[in-house]
Amino acid sequence: MKKLSLLGLGAGLLAALSFTAAPAVAESTLDIVKKRGHLRCQIGTPSPGFYNLKSDGTWVGSDVSICRAIAAAIFGDPNKVEFQSVSSTVRFTALANGESDLLSRTATWTLFRDTQLGLSFTTVNFYDGQGFMVPKDSGIKSTLELKGATVCVLTGTTTELNLTDYSRVHKLDIQPVVFQDSNVRNETYLKGGCDAITNDKSGLASNKAGFPDPGAHTILPETISKEPLGPAVRKGDSQWFDIVRWTVFALIAAEEAGITQANVDEMAKNPPSPEVARMLGVEAEVHKGLGLDKSWAHWIIKSVGNYGEIYGKYMGSASSDGIGIGRAGSQNDLWTRGGLMYSPPFR
Amino acid sequence: MAVVERPRSGSDLSSVINDERYRSIFYQILVFGTVFAIAAFLVNNTLTNMAAQGKAAGFDFLLGTAGFAIAWTPLDYKPVDSYLFVYWVGIVNTLIISGISIVLTTILGFVIGILRLSKNWLIGQIAAWYVEVLRNTPLLLQIIFWYLGAFANLPRPKQSVELFGADWLILNNRGLYFPNAEFGELFWLTAVGMLISVVAAIWYNKRAIKQQLETGVYVPIWWKILVILIGLPLAIFLVTGMPLSWELPVLKGFNFQGGTFILPAMCSVLVALVIYHSAYVAEMVRAGIMSVSHGQTEAAYSLGLRPSWTMRLVIIPQAMRAIIPPMISLWMNVVKNSSLAIAIGFPDLVNVFMQTSLNQSGHAIEIVAMVMLFYMTVSLTISACLNVYNKKILLTER
Repeated sequence: MKKLSLLGLGAGLLAALSFTAAPAVAESTLDIVKKRGHLRCQIGTPSPGFYNLKSDGTWVGSDVSICRAIAAAIFGDPNKVEFQSVSSTVRFTALANGESDLLSRTATWTLFRDTQLGLSFTTVNFYDGQGFMVPKDSGIKSTLELKGATVCVLTGTTTELNLTDYSRVHKLDIQPVVFQDSNVRNETYLKGGCDAITNDKSGLASNKAGFPDPGAHTILPETISKEPLGPAVRKGDSQWFDIVRWTVFALIAAEEAGITQANVDEMAKNPPSPEVARMLGVEAEVHKGLGLDKSWAHWIIKSVGNYGEIYGKYMGSASSDGIGIGRAGSQNDLWTRGGLMYSPPFR
Repeated sequence: MAVVERPRSGSDLSSVINDERYRSIFYQILVFGTVFAIAAFLVNNTLTNMAAQGKAAGFDFLLGTAGFAIAWTPLDYKPVDSYLFVYWVGIVNTLIISGISIVLTTILGFVIGILRLSKNWLIGQIAAWYVEVLRNTPLLLQIIFWYLGAFANLPRPKQSVELFGADWLILNNRGLYFPNAEFGELFWLTAVGMLISVVAAIWYNKRAIKQQLETGVYVPIWWKILVILIGLPLAIFLVTGMPLSWELPVLKGFNFQGGTFILPAMCSVLVALVIYHSAYVAEMVRAGIMSVSHGQTEAAYSLGLRPSWTMRLVIIPQAMRAIIPPMISLWMNVVKNSSLAIAIGFPDLVNVFMQTSLNQSGHAIEIVAMVMLFYMTVSLTISACLNVYNKKILLTER
């Protein structure tokens, strides 16, 4: 009998412990960020165009600019960001458990990720699609010629599944070789260990730009998937979700309205239209729900420029920072020019 | 003669702690309860937090379609199979790579270890350098070295090398291709023949040893055993009309099709694992042999035993007692270290399950737990097996 009662005691203790594990009441992300004094923005390992390290140790790139824009919207200072360069395997976990305030990296928005990983994608800041890159001297002109080919791919991405789907649909019998590290994958491809690399097309352009002889490789015309890329936040804080989403919208709307880094101060003084006046906080009311200063959009544009300026600097140009992906007429152009970049009205 | 008066068991609670009959049980229950409570707390906390983060928990996802292809597996895996099957594919691949590595590591390690004790200065030095260089560089570095430095540099498929001039043994940077055996209907008879001949050979060997013990006459029987091992199956094979054909690898398009192949990544991992760990085995073997007192050698010599016999019959059996315990942990290390294969794309358990499946399904905690469970099971199994063997070879005193 004694033993039994002791076991009962143990069980009671156990039950008591188990139920004390209630989750802490969440403080708003904006308050946490403000209290901390800087934003924790998760990006990926260096990939030209999206996020790359300059020789002086500063991060540059289109996704980096989103981080800086949000920091500017909150603090008025684009440098109040701690960049977290995280491998793709743990990216969603690091966001969900609160290590990062947001994720601004080439993560594809999918139903599964949006609903089952404890995170929400805010909006799209780059429309991408998966493609293939082959050496020019292979003479391959189309993805459909890759029957029985060995294709190098990175793990932890939607790319791996798209490749298998595409291979199944077109009966290509593609042999995937899955790598964790893009350097080892690139090295294998360059040595002929695989016939092609598959990745998002922007990623391919980025990889190609980093090869010793970029001209010797060609990106095949087919796009085998939709890859909408955009910043994501933890679920459950709708104000923070709005801040991130409307920061991207502010960049797009600014381009549409012709507000640039150079003329934003002038525009704020003499707003050419009521929409610009509302955006830049001159006729201030609409920003209130965000919990930010009325000059938030002004600060953003002042710090990083509008969407078109960011694109031109890091994606469009083939300069040292850019990776040379044309924009005119593509999905990433403004809706007024036939693209998909569209901001809801600032009203 | 003093008689210790045991306190009578009272019905009050203090007797549970004071009475030595119940005391140990009490504390054991207490410890067990605490450990169990902590574990339950952690599990509950995890589940609560996952629910709070809006993450799905549970093992239902295992039956969902995986949807991705795996570069190398001996199993009949297709992208439409479930995550559970991916787990199994990963386990099989990991077991294959670590099994082969363990066997080769042990053999190579023994050879190097004995060479290191050689009286020949040059051989001893070479073995010593082998051990020191390999033991003192990180394994991951060696794996990447063997891959990018050696196997990835093999010629492309169109310039493939035919090993030993044979058009059925092909080496290129996609892998090593060899023919696939296709067994005919009557092949099972040959298989049975092999089994019988192995049993016969063991029995014959035992008889020869017994004979030697009784009469003191040593009869060399190795060639007779060879005849039994090869002769019988071969005879059956020929009589049944050679029911075996080979499917040859043929270059079609980008790659060789047909036949069987192993990936360059697999070769790299194997070479790296074997070479790295053999350096440790060599040291264990050397230490084990040196732990046997020199008097044993002298005694064997004075009985007129040849040096090779002395090593095989006197030194090694005694050295094994010192070698086996560290060997247990080394073999476990081989299994665990095989997970580094992910760096160069070999589809082992960590690669296909803890990377790809985890990313596609998002069930991080469940998957990591399953992978841990596997490695723990394998390690404990190895440990148990070698412990049994260790007990067997322990000094038996008469």
